[in-house]
Amino acid sequence: MAERLKATKEMKRIMRRYYAQAKYAHYMGKKVAWITSGGPVEPLIAMNIIPVYPENHGAMLGASKKGGQLSEFAEGLGYSPDVCSYVKDDIASTITKESPIKGGLPQPDMLICSNNICGTVLKWYEIQARNFNVPLFIYDTPFVHTEFTEEAKEYIKEQTKEYILFLEKVMGRKFNYKKMDKVGRYSLQSMKLWKEILDTAAHKPSPMTAFDAFFHLALIVTLRGKKIVLRYYKTLLKELQERNTKNIGAVDNEKYRLLWDNLPIWFRMRWLSDKFANHQAALVADTYTQAWCGVIDYIDENDFLGTMGEAYTRIHLNVGVDQMADTIKDFIRKFDVDGLVMHSNRSCKPYSFGQYDIQNLIKDMDIPVLMIEADMTDDRKFSESQVEARIDAFMEVIKEKKRTK
Amino acid sequence: MKIENSLALFNKIASDPYDYIKTLKEKTNKKIIGSTCTYTPEEIVLAAGAHPFRISGQAQNLSAADAHIQAYGCSMVRCMLEDGLSGDLNFLDGVVFPHSCDSIQRLSDIWRLNIPSLHFDILLPVKLDSQLSQNYFAKVIKRFKSDIEEALDTSISDKDISEAIHLMNQIRTALGQLYTLRAANPALIKGADMAAIVKASMVMDKEELLVELNKLITLLSKIEKKNDARKRILISGSICSHPDIYQIIENKDAVVVWDDLCSGSRYFEGLISETENPYIAISERFTNRFVCPAKHIRADFQLDNMKRLIADHRIEAVLFIFVKFCEPFSFDYPDIKNELEKMNMPYLMVEMDQHNRIDEQLRTRIDTLLEIMQF
Ligand code: SF4
Ligand code: SF4
Repeated sequence: MAERLKATKEMKRIMRRYYAQAKYAHYMGKKVAWITSGGPVEPLIAMNIIPVYPENHGAMLGASKKGGQLSEFAEGLGYSPDVCSYVKDDIASTITKESPIKGGLPQPDMLICSNNICGTVLKWYEIQARNFNVPLFIYDTPFVHTEFTEEAKEYIKEQTKEYILFLEKVMGRKFNYKKMDKVGRYSLQSMKLWKEILDTAAHKPSPMTAFDAFFHLALIVTLRGKKIVLRYYKTLLKELQERNTKNIGAVDNEKYRLLWDNLPIWFRMRWLSDKFANHQAALVADTYTQAWCGVIDYIDENDFLGTMGEAYTRIHLNVGVDQMADTIKDFIRKFDVDGLVMHSNRSCKPYSFGQYDIQNLIKDMDIPVLMIEADMTDDRKFSESQVEARIDAFMEVIKEKKRTK
Repeated sequence: MKIENSLALFNKIASDPYDYIKTLKEKTNKKIIGSTCTYTPEEIVLAAGAHPFRISGQAQNLSAADAHIQAYGCSMVRCMLEDGLSGDLNFLDGVVFPHSCDSIQRLSDIWRLNIPSLHFDILLPVKLDSQLSQNYFAKVIKRFKSDIEEALDTSISDKDISEAIHLMNQIRTALGQLYTLRAANPALIKGADMAAIVKASMVMDKEELLVELNKLITLLSKIEKKNDARKRILISGSICSHPDIYQIIENKDAVVVWDDLCSGSRYFEGLISETENPYIAISERFTNRFVCPAKHIRADFQLDNMKRLIADHRIEAVLFIFVKFCEPFSFDYPDIKNELEKMNMPYLMVEMDQHNRIDEQLRTRIDTLLEIMQF
């Protein structure tokens, strides 16, 4: 097994500091906003508001194998067993304070919700708005089935202004446009760096796997717009580039390259990673972490506020299934992958419905597809023996195919 | 004309909606436009000279749909897709997908990629709480108008829209009258009949519908009010198209007097202003009626709405009927339920695996729950 990335340690330190800061925000007279993972965070940073991501917290809860237990707690309150486990984990953790962060997430002073990832977050944030009795702003991104209409473009542009007025009202002070300009540039730069990082995986052998990407993603999600992200990602990029010059792969003797679709299965990351590595297979890319850099082209660095709306609206989860399939095709080519692993995620309907059609749409690429039924945090919905058998069978197909090529 | 005949007509259409539409199509040669959610502005479809109808998803067995949507999709969406794929909806000329929940959102994509017909996405705002989103909403309706004009190669005048609005307002008024009559005197007609009337209303030719509704109202208005000591129940959820549920309740000395359903009051709630700009007016109705849980108006809207319905209709117990895997409705449930507990209002929640089928187990559950419900 290749060594772990050295930068990882520093990343853990940054995240610890970030959560400590968030935890003590109120003592330092700062306000905390809870925001969805695809939400427009930059104006918050420009306003010196500390953003907190319940989804990132959900991932942490999942990784610490608390997902099933917390979901069950929420189900005891009346939440359905069939709905997104991030929501249930968050609601349960708000009450039980069960969390890798001592005492759970800091209470929000406001909630910022963008439906560019799903409609579920709308219900989630309504629940928390009632619970904490704090103002809620919805950044409404019309779905792009086939086209991004003129009126949607205007709507979203105007909403950015509405958002700023909302922040000014909650904070009782004027918006800092000068700082926003800087934050916007940092944000765009960090997205570009993130892309460069993920692109290093095109090298054979790949210096990183999707599991590394899932881990390092936390920064671009939670802190984009901050300088520290740039600094850290530059270090990480350097390390990966060095690996590439020396041909050091993340997976020993990498022979097969795979692409992952959907959210990670947070509570089985290590297991899955080992499982594939034993087959000399590296998951070199994924559609999930690419979402934070897939829309760079829509952003004008000289007019971040004016252009971020379109970028936020066109993210991977907010477009039609055929566009998603095109993206997957691009990745298959770019990363030269031999197989596609789709996580059919019971929690996330907008990500999972359409996966069968994506399979049909990429048929011409002629690569084997494996579908794993699971959930990103709820370990009750995971059958290890079944998944194991299916991975083995899938790898056999891939190996056979490569042999006969 | 007797009441029974009128009810028989509605029931027949409700039980075999596709057959009615096929005959209608043959007779009138009208284009048939299916809709997947109550956020479809039917006025625009009517103004285009086409016939709007709600796809109810009649399939009893899923096979074709399984190859496109996982088993954790709600049965509404899966049954609609099954009907589309199996050819049962071949009489359709087009389908409208108003943006509502995540499942309908993906259904639209899957439909577009697999079933050849005219396709209309209405990219509604998700929030209805600001002037900005209201303006956007009106523009979206206007775009739908030009989309349908282009697709059906027709042109819609303002007069066409006004007439359609007027017609739909009359229909909504009539349905509201029926509900009110029945809420005051539940013995007038059975709950199952009332549900069939609304379901048929989403299917029938609108002119014919208005005539039939008014006939029925005239007949029912003549009946004297009886004393009715049965417990007054409200049904809440997305879709409840199963007549048996009403019967089970009525067997237990209770009666459904009102609902908060897409297949019920949400269909006719709210009128459209006939003096305003039609696009603004149509969008305002969607905001002013009981907003569905897939849209946002205020964080506590659904709780307040439930309280208002309980007070307005003197409700004594609430029955939640949810379609399994439906997120928008189920997420509101725990908070609403807590509110009901504070009010000492009895309630129960049942989940239906298939929205159009009731199995023995479900029947027994409703039965026993009604029995143990503390009135
Ligand atoms: S996992 Fe899916 S449904 Fe849940 S919050 Fe994320 S995008 Fe929404
Ligand atoms: S029942 Fe629920 S999930 Fe299904 S289509 Fe209706 S709102 Fe969507």
